[in-house]
Amino acid sequence: MDNCSEKKNQFPSEMDFKRVIPYGDTLNDGKVQLSFTLPVPAGPEADEAVKQMIHKMGLKNPQIVFSREITIGFTFFVAYGEFHHAIDYTAIRVPKISLEKMSMEEIDRFIEDIIRRRIVVVGASTGTDAHTVGIDAIMNMKGFAGHFGLERYKNIDAYNLGSQVQNEELVSKAIELDADAILVSQTVTAKNVHLRNMTSLVELLEAENIRKKIVLIAGGARITHELAKELGYDAGFGPGTFAEDVAAFIVHKMESMI
Amino acid sequence: MNGKLNLNMNKVKEARDCARRIASGVHDFVEKHTTVSIERAICRLFGIDGVDDYGIPIPNVVVDHLKSSNLINDGAAYVIGNAILETGLSPQKIAEEISLGRLDLRSLSYRSQDEIFDRIDGLVNDAARKVQLNREKRESLIDELGEGKKPYLYVIVATGNIYEDVIQARAAARQGADIVAVIRSTGQSLLDYVPYGPTTEGFGGTYATQENFRIMRSALDDTGKEVGRYIRLCNYCSGLCMPEIAAMGAIERLDVMLNDALYGILFRDINMKRTLIDQYFSRVINGFAGVIINTGEDNYLTTADAFEEAHTVLASQLINESLALMAGVPEEQMGLGHAFEMDPSIENGFLYELAQAQMSREVFPKAPLKYMPPTKFMTGNIFMGYAQDTLFNVISIMTNQGIQLLGMLTEAIHTPFMSDRYLAIENARYVFNNLRDLGDEIAFKDNGIIQNRAATVLEEALELLREIESIGLFETLERGTFANIKRSPHGGKGLDGVVRKGVKYRNPFIEKMLGGHIYG
Repeated sequence: MDNCSEKKNQFPSEMDFKRVIPYGDTLNDGKVQLSFTLPVPAGPEADEAVKQMIHKMGLKNPQIVFSREITIGFTFFVAYGEFHHAIDYTAIRVPKISLEKMSMEEIDRFIEDIIRRRIVVVGASTGTDAHTVGIDAIMNMKGFAGHFGLERYKNIDAYNLGSQVQNEELVSKAIELDADAILVSQTVTAKNVHLRNMTSLVELLEAENIRKKIVLIAGGARITHELAKELGYDAGFGPGTFAEDVAAFIVHKMESMI
Repeated sequence: MNGKLNLNMNKVKEARDCARRIASGVHDFVEKHTTVSIERAICRLFGIDGVDDYGIPIPNVVVDHLKSSNLINDGAAYVIGNAILETGLSPQKIAEEISLGRLDLRSLSYRSQDEIFDRIDGLVNDAARKVQLNREKRESLIDELGEGKKPYLYVIVATGNIYEDVIQARAAARQGADIVAVIRSTGQSLLDYVPYGPTTEGFGGTYATQENFRIMRSALDDTGKEVGRYIRLCNYCSGLCMPEIAAMGAIERLDVMLNDALYGILFRDINMKRTLIDQYFSRVINGFAGVIINTGEDNYLTTADAFEEAHTVLASQLINESLALMAGVPEEQMGLGHAFEMDPSIENGFLYELAQAQMSREVFPKAPLKYMPPTKFMTGNIFMGYAQDTLFNVISIMTNQGIQLLGMLTEAIHTPFMSDRYLAIENARYVFNNLRDLGDEIAFKDNGIIQNRAATVLEEALELLREIESIGLFETLERGTFANIKRSPHGGKGLDGVVRKGVKYRNPFIEKMLGGHIYG
């Protein structure tokens, strides 16, 4: 008991944000969990190959806790290792969208007071992506997890074009509706086609000479703000984003464009 | 006491009668029309295949010729049949002559309808016989090799390359899969033609082509012999080429096919008239070929809320059942869809899922129901996802589902890794084996949460069906009742491929495949 409370007291002094490594069950144990498949039959050679790989990943003390040949010539592993190459957490700077949280009502009021007209938002899951989970969560009336979607906003005309929309179609719809903002969702894509697809949309908008009048936003499981900016978007939203986050960004950006 | 849910069977009957009248309204419209895809399917059944120098499929060349020559209202069977009489050539040869610009069907004189259909009767019988033999071959292979217990374990492969798909499919079969579905390349459903030959490049899936069907069929037959279990092959009829792909599936002995016009209307924005007409012939072919059809009600819940909109699933299943019966698909081949998609944070959510699955079972006692895994609330937390998939498997074995589309712990992250599929199969086998007879051992409390939930959903479905009956299915789709998605009868893709049948029109394959049991 004494021992335990003594440990607890030590905790803050041991924690050094300049030297952060993974946490298993004890500070600075560096524990990391891995699972992957090797295209080789199961056996001691396969185990050895995995250990060497884990070393090459920069992990110490590789431990294979499970291995099975899941089909002829392919072996699945679950393994652990320790990562000791500490990261200076205090030196990290990540570009973020810094906006205060706004509610749906506040955003509607902001549009009324500052923008002084209804705004038009067009969204789609584009290219080869058939998944609408992301765009639906942001746009559909019902929204997600109790956060209403843009269709519910009094002062927003939201058009969700659905999935597998081609960039040309999205742009022509945006022109037709005189859209203020375009939302592009990319959920599941193969072999990074989403990057090419996202870039080509920017090029199309520039060719139509409307890129500067439109707030262009990307969203999806693998989208970060940094990536979106790099590709020429105004913002990127990752997992855990709700409609009000996107709407707040749109209205503030529009305000700055007025 | 009716079943475990004490469902009011009078209400079930009333709902079913309502659905039948709705389906009959649709069928009246369907019967008066044909489509370019139906006519191409007829060409394919006559053995017309291949591509021209530009890579355009020959069935498209022929039907485009019919269209531009204003012959399409008479139907491909009539026009090709006449050409056989007039030229003495085979259908394939006629098609090639058209494609080379050496034959213009307008230039022929036309014989009587009786004479023409007498002439092609043998060709129709040959095609039907070929499909019948495939059906018998499937039955004899199942007799010889055996098959997995229900729920069949259904997994997908989606590499884009048919040869890579074969590697993945064989691995899945060896691990215990009973059904392998080859996901199509994204966007194929919107092509108004079927690609040709073996293909090695696709996005998020592999093109459905007749050659790809053949390659996978042969691989799964081999692996089936190796593992001592018949492995079923699944592909997708939905889209603009429903009847053509159904015909290809019948010729290459596919066992399961997604076949749902409503899915195409709602999720691919295909014109409702076009695809409901297409669906009828494609289901006639599937029914005759012994193919289990899969319907897409599960997808409604990916956009609409599974708790609030559960009744739309039941209503749609009942309509789909009636439409399938009219196309000669027996109940034993109706893989009606539903899904485990409730928000995991709902208290007692599992009980509501259980009520829904049990209700589907009791309303459609003979159907090999297709049960779909959670997708909407899969967050990327693969460990939680694995737990959700486990609960989904528990419901399936407790309620005797027919086809279990296995959930992947990496849903919404990437197309399945080989190990994802292995873990999914291991999970399902563990749950099914451990809980095999749990469903038989337990009863649900009278007027408890589960029984009451089923009664409520049934009541709401009945109300909805009454409403649909009063306004018709087209208007219902316009209002966004299903999946909260609104579609117009004049919008969407493929409307220009709809053709009103002329007085000489006959589809001899429908007559043959329904064996005189034509509805209406």
